[in-house]
Amino acid sequence: MILVAFFVFGLLYLAPGDPAAIMAGDAATTADIERIRETLGLDQPFLVRFGSWVGGILQGDFGTSMYTKQDVLKMISQRLEPTFLLMSMTLVLSVIVAIPMGAIAAWKHNTIVDRIVMIIAVLSFSVPSFVVGYLLAYSLGLKLSWLPVQGYKAIGSDGLYAAVRSLTLPALALGSVYVGLIARITRATMLESLSQDYTRTARAKGVKESLIVFKHALKNCSVPIITTVGSGVALLIGGAIVTETVFAIPGVGRLTVDAILRRDYPVIQGVILIFSFMYVMVNLIVDILYTVFDPRIRY
Amino acid sequence: MTVSTIDPPRSGLSRSWTWLRRNPAVLFGLVVLSILVMMAVFAPFLGTVDPKAVSPFERTQTPSAKHWFGTDMLGRDLWSRVVYGTRVSLTVGFLVAICSTVLGALIGVFSGFIRWVDAIVMRLMDGLMSIPSILLAIALITLSSASIWNVILAITIVETPRTVRLVRGVVLSLRDEPYVGAAQIAGISMPGVIFRHILPNTFAPLLVQATYICAVAIISEASLSFIGAGVPPSTPSWGNIMAEGRALWQIKPHIIAFPAIALSITVLAINMLGDGLRDALDPRMSTRRH
Repeated sequence: MILVAFFVFGLLYLAPGDPAAIMAGDAATTADIERIRETLGLDQPFLVRFGSWVGGILQGDFGTSMYTKQDVLKMISQRLEPTFLLMSMTLVLSVIVAIPMGAIAAWKHNTIVDRIVMIIAVLSFSVPSFVVGYLLAYSLGLKLSWLPVQGYKAIGSDGLYAAVRSLTLPALALGSVYVGLIARITRATMLESLSQDYTRTARAKGVKESLIVFKHALKNCSVPIITTVGSGVALLIGGAIVTETVFAIPGVGRLTVDAILRRDYPVIQGVILIFSFMYVMVNLIVDILYTVFDPRIRY
Repeated sequence: MTVSTIDPPRSGLSRSWTWLRRNPAVLFGLVVLSILVMMAVFAPFLGTVDPKAVSPFERTQTPSAKHWFGTDMLGRDLWSRVVYGTRVSLTVGFLVAICSTVLGALIGVFSGFIRWVDAIVMRLMDGLMSIPSILLAIALITLSSASIWNVILAITIVETPRTVRLVRGVVLSLRDEPYVGAAQIAGISMPGVIFRHILPNTFAPLLVQATYICAVAIISEASLSFIGAGVPPSTPSWGNIMAEGRALWQIKPHIIAFPAIALSITVLAINMLGDGLRDALDPRMSTRRH
């Protein structure tokens, strides 16, 4: 995490495109630019700036936006609700759809069902989530008007149901890649465990085939599946930025895109740090889940 | 894939043709990819006009005989823009695949062999991998000015750690094999052992990995361009065309649809090629068939 912090800071320290000059505007003199640079502390040496930046973050101070002059942490936390809801919906939806899909594909190995699942998986890797997003928004949203096309209804003002409804299409779009990923790893590990001795034993003692697949074998597949679900969160984060742009959702992703266009470095730094922190936490949770699902693993 | 011993010996070309016919996915991928490469190379001769030429009187037209794919909001010919966009996507895909594979292989081999390098390199790679890839690419691109080379560089840096891990894994598993020890005893120098005897073992998984990196790189470039952190907006790339069509997508969906279809077909072809190669080259995968 420290390495990430250093990296993120170093990266944006080296960035060209002088923010002081951008802020001052076209009519500014060199003296004006110099004054702005001093108030932002941009004239200090690298390590001094890094030190004060890390010190600030440990106290919850991510700096202020160069553009809106607001506190970065506050800006991010205001936008966190739709992004968080979108990601959790995608996660739940994908896991519910993908694991049975992969399991059934392995169970009916080399049949038409298996083929169809594999084709869906390859397609989901190949069609980017923003393309799926537009396809869904156009067909289900605009033409059939089953669901809201764009925008977000906040939980606070419109209630949870409206919020979930407004995020259903984005979650489906964002989940498309994720479903392929999880279904594929489920199928692969399931094929392996279906050829193991314990499966044969279960069959020999007359356990129903569906029970073997979904109880005995699936339990033994849990570790690789959880790993994939965890590492796939990185995909979700990247996908959320793009999906929020497609569906005009005022989330952290939208904030990131705006910050990029304005070269608002403190905001970009803050967003990358928060997302990376989230990702590290997810991996920690994954490690803890291992011990729950597989008692053989001890730390 | 089973090699039948009854078959009479045949030339390499006809053998690979037979193999291709048994792997329709690979064949499909190769054919589509060849067509796309042709399109990129011969873009000026495919009924295209200048992809940047604006024509204010012909804005947002739907497909017609004159404009096969219609026009965008500045009256630019979409067919020409999509065809020229193939150049951007394929350049990014191929170059990133080559660069990150070569770079990853070199770093991976050395860190697999030299302990102290390994400790440093793997920490660095873990650090890079703990930042979600699109965010890392965005950070790297905001650092530099928008150009296709910076996009390629950024995606290469993002994709290299995975290749390093792959190669390092293979090297670590081979380092203690008897034949490597035998080569060393026979007096072959360290670089000789590495490049002659170890590196060839990584080619099969690397080739498969390279196709996946190529597919991911093309999607990444399109995504980055789509959110405004990719190749400069003046360049006709699929992501840029879609970004420009964003404002009008509800009334003029064709502007987004054509680059989206092109992008999806391209990535699909590359993924099918990769899957086919993996099934063919990974002996574990073929024995698992029952």
